[in-house]
Amino acid sequence: MITGILAFVALASFFGLVLGLSAVIFKVESSPVVDQIDTLLPQTQCGQCSFAGCHQYAQAIASGDAPINKCPPGGDNLIQSLADLLDVEALPLDETEAAHSGPIVAVIIEDTCIGCTLCIQACPVDAILGAAKQMHTVIENECTGCELCVAPCPVDCIEMIPIKQTISNWRWPEPQYHTNNQAASTIYTTLDQVLAENTQA
Amino acid sequence: MNAKQNNTIAQTMKEAMYKLWSFPGGITLAGNKSQSNKETISTAKTPKQLIIPLSQHIGQPAEAVVKVGDKVLKGQLLAQANGAISAPIHASGSGIVSAIEEHAVPHPSGLVALCIIIDTDDYQQWFDCQPLLSDADTAEHSIHNLTHEQITTQIAQAGIVGLGGALFPSAAKLHTAEQKQTDTLIINAAECEPYITCDDVLMRRRPEEVILGILLIKKVVGAKKCLIGIEDNKPEAYQALLAAISGYKLPHTEPQIEIIPVPARYPAGGEKQLIQVLTGKQVPSRGLPMDIGIICHNVTTAAAVYQAVYRGEPLISRIVTVTGGAVKHPQNIEVLIGTPIREVLDQVGVAYNKIEKVIMGGPMMGFSLPSIDVPVTKASNCLLISEQGELATPPPAMPCIRCARCSDSCPMSLLPQQMYWYAKARDLEKANAYNVFDCIECGCCSYACPSNIPLVQYFRYAKNEINNEQKERNKANIARERHEFRLERLEKAKQAKAEAARLRKEKLAKKKALDAKKAQQESDATASDTDKKDTNDSADLIQEAIARAKVKKAQQQAQKKNTDNLTADQQRQIDEANERRSIE
Repeated sequence: MITGILAFVALASFFGLVLGLSAVIFKVESSPVVDQIDTLLPQTQCGQCSFAGCHQYAQAIASGDAPINKCPPGGDNLIQSLADLLDVEALPLDETEAAHSGPIVAVIIEDTCIGCTLCIQACPVDAILGAAKQMHTVIENECTGCELCVAPCPVDCIEMIPIKQTISNWRWPEPQYHTNNQAASTIYTTLDQVLAENTQA
Repeated sequence: MNAKQNNTIAQTMKEAMYKLWSFPGGITLAGNKSQSNKETISTAKTPKQLIIPLSQHIGQPAEAVVKVGDKVLKGQLLAQANGAISAPIHASGSGIVSAIEEHAVPHPSGLVALCIIIDTDDYQQWFDCQPLLSDADTAEHSIHNLTHEQITTQIAQAGIVGLGGALFPSAAKLHTAEQKQTDTLIINAAECEPYITCDDVLMRRRPEEVILGILLIKKVVGAKKCLIGIEDNKPEAYQALLAAISGYKLPHTEPQIEIIPVPARYPAGGEKQLIQVLTGKQVPSRGLPMDIGIICHNVTTAAAVYQAVYRGEPLISRIVTVTGGAVKHPQNIEVLIGTPIREVLDQVGVAYNKIEKVIMGGPMMGFSLPSIDVPVTKASNCLLISEQGELATPPPAMPCIRCARCSDSCPMSLLPQQMYWYAKARDLEKANAYNVFDCIECGCCSYACPSNIPLVQYFRYAKNEINNEQKERNKANIARERHEFRLERLEKAKQAKAEAARLRKEKLAKKKALDAKKAQQESDATASDTDKKDTNDSADLIQEAIARAKVKKAQQQAQKKNTDNLTADQQRQIDEANERRSIE
């Protein structure tokens, strides 16, 4: 009996040692959850979530202080991926904030700009170029469309405009499962109109 | 050539002893090619207005080098290549540049793009073109005397792009092939999609141009093997190419051009499928043919290379198949790039009242044009004008029944039903893991699906979404970097400000201390002056100088407290003052 006990103790300590060592040697470095959340957020730094920036919101989500549906620029896709990451229920987007309508970009009406630099100070991503008493302009590619520069402008010369759809940023629409015929017919209306004119002529 | 002869040739093609491989899947489709491949190639009239898009290739759009109001000649450069992957655009007719503006272009979105618009004149005068060779030069010697650079430069300047449909700038492709040591050149003459016959008639009517073009490409690539893959449903083209090759005797030391008939099965003309049929090699997933030492060019591209080298002509026209039930005389017509499609249709003769759809490309991979007021571009190989009921409109899609006909028909050995589930559920990561990016969008799966599910549309959508997500992620990363940099900068500025404030404060404190000391010394000096009023003037002056020196010394030793290094005089005064205080 004693041999049995000793054998099992020896086995247990051996495997314990192996497991313990492998836990140390093959340790998987997982990035902290805040960083993982931060990577998913759209980084507009717009503050629509009522936090100062995306990182702060990520911290709040990680600590459980904020729900995952406070980010209008991220939309439903973001909520879904956050829900997957944190293994929580996906919530509908909190619509108390202004509804987000497609990607937008700030444009300075250069005739009106007085060069006060207030918008430059407000821009969270340094996307506005200019100096005191010099005309300012927005670097379109860097603008996240956060609208933070609109309020400080004393002469209201900043407009938010939707990003123009071009062939390079056009995307195939999601196929309509049961109504693909209808979808098809809507695409061809233009040609139909053209041809209708033709037959009349 | 009569039908009987044709059959004999077809039989010889089938029996030709070539070791061929096969690709998985694929479907057999009705060719519908005989309507349009009988006639000779007609030439379209120069239209009143040419609409020439600046982006007719993969990569950066070309950069305009002409202004509105400029007079241009036929073949003159309109826009130059912008970056390594780009191609120049040339005027396809002489006239005056009337506008450089956005105009509708042939694209499934129906959106506009930047175009150069030329109001053509009656003269159609050619620009001074510089050919490298002339038709009088015999192939063997003349091509031999050209350098690789000469040929690739000519190809690049002529704005030649892959005319099989990919539209990749040919010069860039040849350049990479040269670097990557490709040993096999495959010329794609399969043209597997129904209705399209532009490559077929090109080979039939201008086989010499094709062969000379191939010899030029072969020279640049330095290939040890040169194969032309042609579907066995084109006996006349096969015969014409054979005859043309026999006209150019290549030295025995050089690799010969082999014409290999391949079984007609859609999509045998897909680049990866043709490579597999001819060589038995598979292009690696997400790789290029160059990764396995193969370069593939289309026959029409080869003919364009011929035009550029032997005529000096840039790519300003292409052969377009105009076919379909609503066309009175289906035919192949050489059209100037930029000609509005409406004018082409008017010239060919189309029953407008019968039209159901106008498709650019073939019925499998083409797209419906939203309008016919768009120009013909380098990509326009076929205009399929279908009448009502010609092309089956798919009935509403039914649920997937897991019959696996899609995976059986997939030439890339993918699992369409799995990718479909994930694409539909927007699980893009999974769709990507099932290699949706290897899908060549041939449409075999959608064709085979008994439930009429628009499978290929889902894959296009999924690819688009994945690319877009990646783009947004990159943008977000840049935004985060910029934001973090800004925070860092602000933090630094704050620290610098605090540091400056601290320094200023210190300086002020020092200055105050110094002032106090100075004041005291001055008062000391006055005191000593009054003490020694009786002494003579020279002594006074000496005293003053000493006092000044002391002040200077004190300034130098600013850190020292003014109670250090006191003179006996001062010490005496301090003692006196202390005494007075203690008495008081």
